Amino acid sequence: MNTILLAIIAVTALGFICALMLAVASRFMSVKEDLRFHAVRESLPGANCGACGYAGCDGYAKALITDPEIKTNLCVPGGDEVSGKLSLALDRPYLDVEEQVALVACSGNCDATSHKMDYFGIESCAAAKLLHGGTGVCSYGCMGLGDCARACPNGAICVEKGIAHVNTRLCVGCGICAGTCPNHIIRLIADKEIILVNCSSEDRGAVTRKNCKNGCIACKKCERVCAVGAVKVVDNLARIDYDKCPDCPDPGVCARECPTGCIKIADFRGIFNAEKECC
Amino acid sequence: MSVKAMLAIIMTAVFVNNYVLQQFLGICPFLGVSKKLDQASGMSIAVIFVMCLATAVTWPIQYYLLTPRSGAYDLGYMQTIVFILVIAALVQLIEMVLKKYLPALHKSLGVYLPLITTNCAVLGVCIANIDSRYGFGHSMLNSFGSGLGFFLAMVLFSGVRSRTEYCDPPEAFRGLPITLVAASIVSVSFFGFAGVIEKLFG
Repeated sequence: MNTILLAIIAVTALGFICALMLAVASRFMSVKEDLRFHAVRESLPGANCGACGYAGCDGYAKALITDPEIKTNLCVPGGDEVSGKLSLALDRPYLDVEEQVALVACSGNCDATSHKMDYFGIESCAAAKLLHGGTGVCSYGCMGLGDCARACPNGAICVEKGIAHVNTRLCVGCGICAGTCPNHIIRLIADKEIILVNCSSEDRGAVTRKNCKNGCIACKKCERVCAVGAVKVVDNLARIDYDKCPDCPDPGVCARECPTGCIKIADFRGIFNAEKECC
Repeated sequence: MSVKAMLAIIMTAVFVNNYVLQQFLGICPFLGVSKKLDQASGMSIAVIFVMCLATAVTWPIQYYLLTPRSGAYDLGYMQTIVFILVIAALVQLIEMVLKKYLPALHKSLGVYLPLITTNCAVLGVCIANIDSRYGFGHSMLNSFGSGLGFFLAMVLFSGVRSRTEYCDPPEAFRGLPITLVAASIVSVSFFGFAGVIEKLFG
């Protein structure tokens, strides 16, 4: 009887000591969390895509709370809705989000270019890139093995005729695909733009021409026809300064004049603006 | 204790009495967290830490509270329940301390600490130290070695798993079956250490 009593007392006492220790510790060592953190974190979509420039949604939420200078419109995938919720939660003026879409800057499909090898390895651009700089004769172009399509959380990317295409109407502009592409040919642009240089080759014009029918040959015709100086050919590739495009008296002249047709004019509106001003 | 004896204790704990691969304790984290090397090593470092700490606390409890040397009473049969209680409370406390004073360490180890709280390998080490009648210093060394052994097993196996991820096994072997088969082969390979340490230090 005595031993049982002793055992009960010993374990109970031990339990009490542990409980007391934990209670005291939780009283004195509790870490204060900002109450707004949960509200802010709940407002964010939770995709942890990093489009805002912070390490995931937690990082952005923490930064928003600690630094009032940080803007509330950095969450591109969340769009205006998230920006609205954030400004409400943090009691700051509403900022409009500039919606973005991802676009594959390569038009070298199987009609226009060819492969330099018969690739039978792992179905992954990252793996193929390690083998002699990729499968295509143009080392800058899309290999069409679909790393971006697998990475896309919205299923907005498909691979057709050997190159990836973004269905901009499904694109939220998170930029995950741009990060996965080993050739870095996926561009993020504001979805109100209508012009895209659909090539990424920085080879000399003659080389590009030999490799691909649709590539940018750096003839600088676009540079000459552009009235506002928005197009510049740098490193054998036409580049557009979208800030100057709104002043253009003849939108789309660069696309019409491009001899290889690699400057494209199209409606790139993404998922947030697709419904607006339509029809 | 000479350096040679200390080395022998640690080597025995790491290779011959490897907790995961020889005694089959702590299998759940071994299979659950070994997918990626960084997670596996983070978990293992947390295990080393907790094993040493748990031993440092449970050894005095065993010899001063449960079975005092004076022999006044014997509560040895309460060992398991008391050890679980103490280890769980201790890990909770450590988590709080880390959160308050070392947030960076808490961020890297924090997720694993609650997982380890009632891990059988941790409890197993504490009880094995008592059953083998080790002294305090010997117990601490044995715990540290056991943690290192866990680390070794996790790191080795995360390497093996990264290979099985990229292979193309028959349908029936995909997923967990091939992982278990691989684990058994790694375990069998560790049986080869059985005589080596004894001959080296014996």
